[in-house]
Amino acid sequence: MASILGIFCAANFGLRTLLTMDTFELAIVGAGPAGLAAGVTAAALGLRTVLVDEQPAPGGQIYRGIEAASRHPDSARVFGEDYMAGADLVRQFRASAVKYLPLSQVWQIDRDRNLWIRGANGVTAIGARQVLLATGAMERPVPIPGWTLPGVMTCGAAQTLLKSAGLAPSGRIVLAGGGPLLLLIAAQLMRAGNPPAAILQTSTNLRRAIAHLPRFVSSPSYVRKGLGLVAELRRAGVRIERGVGDIRILGETRAEAVEYIRAGTRRREQVDLVLLHHGVVPNTNLALSLRCEHEWNDAQHAFQPRTHAGLGSSVEGVLVAGDCAGIGGAKAAELRGRIAAYNAATNIERISTDARDRQCAPIQRELRPHLRARPFLDAYFEPPRDLLAPVEDDVVVCRCEEVRAGEIRRIVTEQSCPGPNQMKAFVRTGMGPCQGRLCGLTVVELMAQTRGVSPGEIGYYRIRPPIKPIALGELATRAQEK
Amino acid sequence: MFKRVIEFEGPVLGVVINGRECSVPASFTAAAAMLASEDGATRETPISGAPRAPYCMMGVCFECLLEIDGVPNQQGCLVPVAAGMRINRQRGARTV
Amino acid sequence: MKLTADAIVIGGGLVASAVAYGLTRLGLKPVMLDEGDVAYRASRGNFALVWTQSKGPGVPEYQQWSRLSSDKWSELAAELQSETGVDCGHRRNGGIHVCLSEDELAKRTQVVEQLRAEAPPGRYRAQMISRAEMLKLLPAFGPDVVGGAYCPDDGTVNPLFSLRALQRAFSARGGRYFCDSRVSSIAAAPRAFTVETASRSISAPRLVLAAGLGNKPLGEQVGLNVPVRPVRGQIIVTERLKPVLEYPTTYIRQTVEGGILIGESREEAGFDDTLNHTVSQTLAARAIRTFPFLKQVGVVRTWAGLRVMSPDVYPIYEQSSAYPGAFVCTCHSGVTLGAAHAFEYAKAVVDGHLPEKLGRFSSRRFDVQARH
Ligand SMILES: Cc1cc2nc3c(=O)[nH]c(=O)nc-3n(C[C@H](O)[C@H](O)[C@H](O)COP(=O)(O)OP(=O)(O)OC[C@H]3O[C@@H](n4cnc5c(N)ncnc54)[C@H](O)[C@@H]3O)c2cc1C
Ligand code: FES
Repeated sequence: MASILGIFCAANFGLRTLLTMDTFELAIVGAGPAGLAAGVTAAALGLRTVLVDEQPAPGGQIYRGIEAASRHPDSARVFGEDYMAGADLVRQFRASAVKYLPLSQVWQIDRDRNLWIRGANGVTAIGARQVLLATGAMERPVPIPGWTLPGVMTCGAAQTLLKSAGLAPSGRIVLAGGGPLLLLIAAQLMRAGNPPAAILQTSTNLRRAIAHLPRFVSSPSYVRKGLGLVAELRRAGVRIERGVGDIRILGETRAEAVEYIRAGTRRREQVDLVLLHHGVVPNTNLALSLRCEHEWNDAQHAFQPRTHAGLGSSVEGVLVAGDCAGIGGAKAAELRGRIAAYNAATNIERISTDARDRQCAPIQRELRPHLRARPFLDAYFEPPRDLLAPVEDDVVVCRCEEVRAGEIRRIVTEQSCPGPNQMKAFVRTGMGPCQGRLCGLTVVELMAQTRGVSPGEIGYYRIRPPIKPIALGELATRAQEK
Repeated sequence: MFKRVIEFEGPVLGVVINGRECSVPASFTAAAAMLASEDGATRETPISGAPRAPYCMMGVCFECLLEIDGVPNQQGCLVPVAAGMRINRQRGARTV
Repeated sequence: MKLTADAIVIGGGLVASAVAYGLTRLGLKPVMLDEGDVAYRASRGNFALVWTQSKGPGVPEYQQWSRLSSDKWSELAAELQSETGVDCGHRRNGGIHVCLSEDELAKRTQVVEQLRAEAPPGRYRAQMISRAEMLKLLPAFGPDVVGGAYCPDDGTVNPLFSLRALQRAFSARGGRYFCDSRVSSIAAAPRAFTVETASRSISAPRLVLAAGLGNKPLGEQVGLNVPVRPVRGQIIVTERLKPVLEYPTTYIRQTVEGGILIGESREEAGFDDTLNHTVSQTLAARAIRTFPFLKQVGVVRTWAGLRVMSPDVYPIYEQSSAYPGAFVCTCHSGVTLGAAHAFEYAKAVVDGHLPEKLGRFSSRRFDVQARH
């Protein structure tokens, strides 16, 4: 059967238009601390740099809305000093020569390192000699009974609404889960005028964490901040329930109550809003779509792109920095962003490796205390097993395709299934619009726990472009002549 | 369910949410505008019709799908409001 | 670990699963050996037509074989549903081929006429239809559609659920399926084969190579010439829509779930299964010309799969003359031919010889070509 498509002439046409695109020495995806710091550094080194981000303003997740917020007298009190510190970085970025494309989603990076972008003016493409992925982190999915109901969102979602829109939830709020951000966000909501009715903290794992304690206490600022938050919340009368298990959200068309077990008894809270959180994990879809090799980080229970000392990935010309390369927090992200910029400059022979090493040495020193604190936090706030892989069969795992835990487990036990991609084929997990972002890790953990192997052995979804939804008409668009 | 507690400076715009006229700050996204004016579900899933509402507010979960200016299945948490924007719940699968 | 079985089927896609399931229907307890999660597995990336209207101009054996399978798909789907509870999504409402120019129309008319001439009287039922008739079938066709062909015998399945159902039914009937079991070597003697994987050594009197692109190197070990090569095909899938396309067309169809599948390109790219963006653009543009409403519709995924192609596009069915008991079963339309493989090919393996009607698909045809 002869092809009806003029593919070969199409290929020629494509090539010709691509050659006329605007090309940069460095293209950065993500305007969080990693991307911003990389941009500022690269521009100072004279690299022609572009930074693309889907948000309307620079800041990423942690510094979301910082420019507007920093002009408001209440911000410092509500959000705290760590947030306000972002204002300075954003100012430096605005003053730099980096070309900034806000409200622009990178939906594909092709083999020739062209970035395909969907923005206000439709689809455009730009070329790049080096690409830095600084796509940050997303909150780990918290698949518990009832988590798909309206009236349930992530803690980060509430925080984002507060930072970017000044919106806070009214009514009775309960926060549930674990991780350092849980308390921070509770405190921010409290300062914004609506203290949570309760914080339900899952069991912490001191036994696993104890070995890392000495290194942790040698990073005093982390200890001080954590204890400070607990004290602040307690003073304000916020109830913190520790060692909570079996959390479930009840309700028909919206969340009405949350149930949990503590100290052997089942308890119930009426709620207007439940905010879930259990740490953050790398946002890797763009790196995966580029076929960067990924590795399992057992301490953080997540996959991350494999990087070498220069923050390069396994794909030539593609670097990764910030939380998307492994969770390190905002300050570490910023410092690694700077290191990545020096490496990008070295890769295109703008500065010598000696110069790079000289410049990076003090940054590496500054980075150390931040990395020291991480192993303790990872171990202490390790997500409980039943949260990584729901025990109950009717918990929704894939929110888009409405696939439940039991169906996934049944495939593993009743017929062999080599991994998550075959699973996807069998039950449609990860086939919906979120492209596996919200179910990928849970599917892998479910398969791993059922088979009794490490998630690293199970592997992860293959992700293909477009990694953000575009209309078919936009896919048909050729690169615009520049 | 969500109330404005910090009034960042900036203009205010008129939008139409589920047929009702509202004024919202220009810094809102369509999903934020929806949350500020409605309680409960903002969409129904295309498969079972289950009620859902924005979950992550950072562009990863696709629970905030809305019909914006007549175009279905738009990611509401990534679309800033604009003057006169019509924002509606997304009911099940897209029709053509 | 050492194992023995009635038969070994190498491969884990639709072709292997269909033959392996067919063997269990005939009372055998075979072992099926598949690779891992990431593999060249066309069964996971195909367009899933059960199609006859364009099959085999000049090769009537292929036309008849495709038609036989298409006729038997309902039986296979019903059987799998009752054995596993899984709905394969088989629909046989008829299918449309779309022409976007007079030139395409003329070429297609020729194909349809030739196929009719080569079929037994009344067997080939596709016909050319006018633009007006096309619009009666699917009002969504755009102004560039000049006409096309319609065949009442064509249909679709859900290939992923079919694969799942075949493998479930296979296991339920006592077959053993091992994934992560790439075959490293085969020791062959007539009606005695031992296959090695990293963790197992399996012996059986029958061996079926149904490993798609893997058949070429495997065939060499048992005296079978299987000259297959990869041909890359890309597919785009959209968000779910309420039902709009009642009938499938050759390159665009709506799945039972509601998404629109847009395929499929043909490109010689070796074993590279990354996406060629220019091809995506071309596919998208043609889809919009066919159905203009698609322009606004959101794309959820695109992917590239590698078709298993023989030099003359037809299947290769052969039993090794050096090592009787070793068969090869390979083709590029494993979905359409699924029922034929499950019912007929499996029987041939058990019988120990291929029926005469499959003689046209012997790999000896490539030896002849080579000698010319
Ligand atoms: C919801 C949430 C709330 C958090 N709150 C806090 C907090 O209060 N305090 C704290 O210390 N830490 C917080 N964290 C952790 C903190 O955000 C990270 O440690 C830090 O932001 C990492 O910086 P980064 O530059 O690596 O990534 P980010 O800050 O996440 O920046 C990544 C940027 O990339 C953009 N992007 C991603 N993909 C694309 C694409 N394809 N096209 C275009 N743009 C893209 C995103 O819009 C984002 O702006 C939070 C994390 C999350 C997820
Ligand atoms: S709320 Fe999650 S993508 Fe918008």
